[in-house]
Amino acid sequence: MSTVISVEHLSKTYRLGQIGTGTLSRDLNVWWAKTCGKPNPLLRIGETDRGNCHGDELWALRDVSFTVEQGEVLGIIGRNGAGKSTLLKILSRITAPTSGKIKVKGRVASLLEVGTGFHPELTGRENIYLNGAILGMSRKEIDRKFDEIVDFAEVEKFIDTPVKRYSSGMYVRLAFAVAAHLDPEILVVDEVLAVGDAEFQKKCLGKMGEVAKEGRTVLFVSHNMSAIQKLCPQSLWIDSGEISWLGPSSEIIRAYLNQSKGISSSDEMDLSNWTNRYGSGEVRILLARILDGNGVTSATVYRASPMTIEFIFKNQYSGPLHFSIVVKSDSDERILHLSHYDTTDAIVKLPKGNYQARFSIPELPLCSGNYSLVLAIHTLSLMPLDVVSDVLPFTAEDMIKSPRPYRTHNGHAYCWTPNLFSVTPIA
Amino acid sequence: MLGRRQSCFTVQKFSRRKYFKMDAVVEQKIKMITHDRDWSMIIEPQRSLLDLRLSELWRYRDLVMLFVRRDFIAVYKQTILGPLWFLIQPLLTTIIFTVIFGNFAKLPTDGLPQFLFYMSGTVVWSYFADCFTKTSDTFINNSQLFGKVYFPRLAVPFSILISSLITFLIQFALFLVFVACFILRGSPVHPNWSWILFSPVLLLMMAGLGLGFGIIISSLTTKYRDLRFLVQFGVQLLMYATPVIYPISSVPARFQWIMLVNPMTSIIETFRYAFLGAGDANVGNLLYSFGFMLVVVFLGSVIFNRVEQTFMDTV
Repeated sequence: MSTVISVEHLSKTYRLGQIGTGTLSRDLNVWWAKTCGKPNPLLRIGETDRGNCHGDELWALRDVSFTVEQGEVLGIIGRNGAGKSTLLKILSRITAPTSGKIKVKGRVASLLEVGTGFHPELTGRENIYLNGAILGMSRKEIDRKFDEIVDFAEVEKFIDTPVKRYSSGMYVRLAFAVAAHLDPEILVVDEVLAVGDAEFQKKCLGKMGEVAKEGRTVLFVSHNMSAIQKLCPQSLWIDSGEISWLGPSSEIIRAYLNQSKGISSSDEMDLSNWTNRYGSGEVRILLARILDGNGVTSATVYRASPMTIEFIFKNQYSGPLHFSIVVKSDSDERILHLSHYDTTDAIVKLPKGNYQARFSIPELPLCSGNYSLVLAIHTLSLMPLDVVSDVLPFTAEDMIKSPRPYRTHNGHAYCWTPNLFSVTPIA
Repeated sequence: MLGRRQSCFTVQKFSRRKYFKMDAVVEQKIKMITHDRDWSMIIEPQRSLLDLRLSELWRYRDLVMLFVRRDFIAVYKQTILGPLWFLIQPLLTTIIFTVIFGNFAKLPTDGLPQFLFYMSGTVVWSYFADCFTKTSDTFINNSQLFGKVYFPRLAVPFSILISSLITFLIQFALFLVFVACFILRGSPVHPNWSWILFSPVLLLMMAGLGLGFGIIISSLTTKYRDLRFLVQFGVQLLMYATPVIYPISSVPARFQWIMLVNPMTSIIETFRYAFLGAGDANVGNLLYSFGFMLVVVFLGSVIFNRVEQTFMDTV
């Protein structure tokens, strides 16, 4: 294993606002006024002169250092504007850094967009050559891979039709196919999987996984956490231009998702001022917590162990109430639904006052992963009284002494159920 | 059960610690690999102005040829006459020039047949004008492409030079056909063979001038869009300041030096002298033009090299 990318104290600043005045005549005007000692003629009254730069500096990247080993697949996550794309742009030499440097071993191919340089008037065949050359392949390389590319894109029939007649799906498939057959030592990919239908996305992910297995280094930017989790063992979290954390993807994704929801993995949550809620407000959930199998407040629970969710609410509604809880996965899929009618058909009608509700699950059926809850109180006709979302993030883990030799990841499944299994020899 | 709103503080604190630890590891690794030559590429804020990376351009020669191909195919797709337009354009221009400048304005032509005189002028001039105007749009027209993928940016201007050269050769072949016709009909046209052999150098000079001026303008247009209009207009004006529609011999002797400041003047005159036998082929003036071309190409490459690294931030 050797280091193939070394990023050293990399910074990039952008000037906000206008650079210069946009036209030569005005720039000359300003310059002339300056040399004559007159005030800037284009300045608005009351504005102070800041030279040719109107606005502040923005540090898109600030003193970023990290290294990438050969064969590593590194995910890069962060909010919009955090500096991910700037990093990729510098790495793929589209723009130069302000300070610091990057050293690279091997050929870098960057895939910041699919179909870069496609010309609508040219046929599929011509575009494969053009696009391949733009991405850095030689003619011979493309000749060699031509059939493979056409196969992958599934456009044999239309290969001699101008691409402007293609459906958008075919267009994207062809574009990705070219990119997927690049053979660089280092591949830089930016959010290109957001295009195409589900099946094609799967194919792309598969291809990326293949590339990684061949021992090539991949840097992968995405907002698709499950894709990152699947492809990248390691991730880099960039937050406002700085490295926030570099480490195992699962940990980073959990922290990132919790932060982006504005919460941390706390034990107990004060929900009286929680904003992510809807409902008439006649009932208001004030406080909530999770208890693990030992009855201790915790944000980590174990598969097949007991789990209890408690919340305190203030009731001002005179009719009967319906309590329910939804467990959501970190990709916002609804996994479990609990209702108090599951166990009893009693009608819950409460006088005004504060109450504590409690749901107990004897055996948690969730596979290991990150989850959050939606706590809901409705009327019997399902009019929402108070529904709070994205609260009490928790982690489910496999049992400490799980008989399973491997951990189940979200990629495989979310739910688990006790089952009977036997193997018997056949005579 | 007491409520206590927790912020993301715990996460932040934790990650900071992790970050610093990480940084120390990186620092160590960087120290371990001290030899820069172990790396195949180093990305730095500024590279030297003269580092044109021509070897890299050579590696991308397939791309240059594909750009040439693209420009040819794309322009004449869905036209009825297709590549015939290459011939129609200079023919029509020549006919109009012959009618207006030859018949109405009655400008002198050094004793050459008017048709050949104007045709030589327009065909040769249009090569320079094409190179110039098209390369001057390099950054603006390709900003979409340049913003997404790296390849040597000079590939685009070079592909323009080549595709313009092909257009020129086609048009020039037509011109030679006309020259042959006129000679057969006994017109006073006397090609000068030794200068004809020199004509590739003239082409090179025009390409150099077009490229040099073009990339200077294209580098400046990333910031100042008004230069684009200046170029479109300026090339037309420059044509009238160059002996395209009149011979330099018709200019009063005391003004001729002004004409000769223009490096294109001696090139066009020499072309005419080589193929038609009338004009002013002066080695001194050609040397001046050649020197001019070298300076412009040098300046252009330095500015282009400077701009291409960060133009994405200003375009």
